[in-house]
Amino acid sequence: MGFLSKKHLLGLAETPRKDIELILQHASSFKEVLDRPIKKVPTLQGKTVVNLFFEDSTRTRISFELAQKRLSADSVNFSTSGSSLKKGESFKDTARNIEAMKIDCIVMRHPAPGAHIHLTHYVDSVVVNAGDGTHEHPTQGLLDMMSLMEAKGKLDGLKVAIVGDITHSRVARSNIHGLLSMGAEVTLCGPPNLMPVNVQELGISVNYDIDEVLVWADAVNVLRIQRERQGVSYIPSVREYRDLFGITRERIERLKEPITIMHPGPINRGVEIDSDVADSENAIILDQVLNGVAVRMAVLYLLLGDQPEAS
Amino acid sequence: MKGETLPKLFLIKNGDIVDPANGERFNGSILLKNGKIEKIGKRISAPEAEVYDTGGKVVTHGFCDLHVHFREPGREDKETLATGADAALAGGFTQVCAMPNTDPPLDTPESIRFVVEKGSDLSVKIHPIGAISVGQHGKELTELGAMVKEGAVAFSDDGIPVMESGLMRRVLEYTTLLRVPVINHAEDLTLKLDGQMHEGSWSTRLGLGGIPDVSESIMVNRDLELTAMTGGRLHVPHVSSAKSVEWIRAAKEGGLDVTAEVTPHHLFFNDGNLHSYDTNFKVAPPIRTEEDRVALREALKDGTIDCIATDHAPHTIEEKEAPFDWAPCGMIGLESAFGAAWKVLSEAEMELEQVIAALTVNPRLAMGFDENLFSNGREAEITIIDPDEEWVFAAQHLCSKSRNTPFIDHSLKGRVKATISSGRLFEQ
Repeated sequence: MGFLSKKHLLGLAETPRKDIELILQHASSFKEVLDRPIKKVPTLQGKTVVNLFFEDSTRTRISFELAQKRLSADSVNFSTSGSSLKKGESFKDTARNIEAMKIDCIVMRHPAPGAHIHLTHYVDSVVVNAGDGTHEHPTQGLLDMMSLMEAKGKLDGLKVAIVGDITHSRVARSNIHGLLSMGAEVTLCGPPNLMPVNVQELGISVNYDIDEVLVWADAVNVLRIQRERQGVSYIPSVREYRDLFGITRERIERLKEPITIMHPGPINRGVEIDSDVADSENAIILDQVLNGVAVRMAVLYLLLGDQPEAS
Repeated sequence: MKGETLPKLFLIKNGDIVDPANGERFNGSILLKNGKIEKIGKRISAPEAEVYDTGGKVVTHGFCDLHVHFREPGREDKETLATGADAALAGGFTQVCAMPNTDPPLDTPESIRFVVEKGSDLSVKIHPIGAISVGQHGKELTELGAMVKEGAVAFSDDGIPVMESGLMRRVLEYTTLLRVPVINHAEDLTLKLDGQMHEGSWSTRLGLGGIPDVSESIMVNRDLELTAMTGGRLHVPHVSSAKSVEWIRAAKEGGLDVTAEVTPHHLFFNDGNLHSYDTNFKVAPPIRTEEDRVALREALKDGTIDCIATDHAPHTIEEKEAPFDWAPCGMIGLESAFGAAWKVLSEAEMELEQVIAALTVNPRLAMGFDENLFSNGREAEITIIDPDEEWVFAAQHLCSKSRNTPFIDHSLKGRVKATISSGRLFEQ
């Protein structure tokens, strides 16, 4: 049993504040390791982690893999996607077969919301959610919070805007739950047909006026936009999206106070965000990427580690 | 086949006899001779008869379920007519209407005849419902008249909504000739899209695609308007939302001849039950909010909804073990139906007689079946219930071939103790 109050990391909705604080603390310590000439600690030597990716991913998978290597864990990758997922061996059988080879942890990305809860019914290993469909992406939420913490010095009372397609965003859901637990305020902005029903009940505000939102916010997390999803049109055109919700240079230049710019990637430059803004000094997008490795090291250590790290 | 053959003379004694067709309730006995009702009365003397002393339990009509999926032909791994019939018997049902979404679908007179013949010597009566459109494709009408001659009792493309209003109009018009109901699974697919559960606070939290309540009520309203226009006979299956209830209530107040059903699971659960992504809760139409649940219960109480029907929908373990998005819709419900319904309805202070009517006389009237079961000379269809027994539902109570029910481990109230059907006695 690890050092968090739960065996698995499935989502930030059910992760208590003290666990988030512990993860962020350890992530800062591990980040120092990443600045060393030898970027490796023996913390998880002898532990085996399988990265089970049922959906395409580059950065999240590499980030998890690097985190595992930095901690000296043995890691194995399994990737599949598309139709083979539905036709081939069931997800339960895949997971059980892998576990039969004696492993300690499964890091899984899966296109179906809730797949991780099902996985915990099938295996005894520790399960880390690396994204389950449109539900949660807890390590992304954690790395976003770590980056905000570094940029702003605190999360309590911080005003954070999340802009884009909220309905289909696991990043938005994990950020909402995590930020609210840590005392931040959250406002959502985006096309009304991509705003989930009753979303205010989570404890956030909705404002469809991007300029008002940017004036209000200390930081804005810009989500990747897709015009269509499964053949259904939600956004009339890129031009119109930019006009109503785009984080453009003009909008940012009009602000009296600087605003921290975040993006979970991959960026559609010129669509949801201008290149100038994404590359500006207030953008912490690459810090997010680096912090991703540190946060994942902290999560894996706290779930799998045997002794508390002296920090 | 479950149950034992009835003795030649069989006396059900000391029963709390509830006859929903004639609105009577009295303590008495029923004498059966060769499986037929010989006599019903307060005191019956029959020294040669084998005696079944109910000890004061409720003795009433066999239940009638307007909505089951028995999967034969095509998916006999999930259920067959025989195993489905046994599940029905265990749940106190003596007649069921089987939906046509088999493989191939029941869309020809020959396939209707197959079900009638194969079902003829089973433990309960199985009435096939024919498909509205060839292949359930929503385009071309099936041979409705020939199917009625072979035994089809209603028409439905169940599972697949009739999206085209023109087709819905034509089938409602055509069936005025045949005097059978049309049953349309009301869900506007362009609003449902890839929805997985009720669209509301819980779908937002769980990140599952939402199915708005209006996807049902819009189509219910369309069907009611087409019924008024054509003079057809509409039965609305598995009503799930308060908004649909309002349309049906208004139509009935306006004098429209329409009937409706609700499932025990829509009366029992709400969308919060999906929090753990248990695929046994994935049904179509979806389980909706607590407000909807209460509205359905009140609609059953005030007669807006006439019947309780199970929508018994067996699926294999491996299909239901899929991630939520890919698992098929449906749960089985025959064995748990009475205990689940009576638990929530008795808590809401609904009278036992009224709940029994929603399981017996009302569905039979909706289909135009003979509803006066307690008449001399009629083949016995009797269900014996202990309405006070509280019990925990478990896999061992299932007679179905499948196990996809979220009622397992739930405490239910009221239990079917015995069912008499097709000359047989089944005891729990």
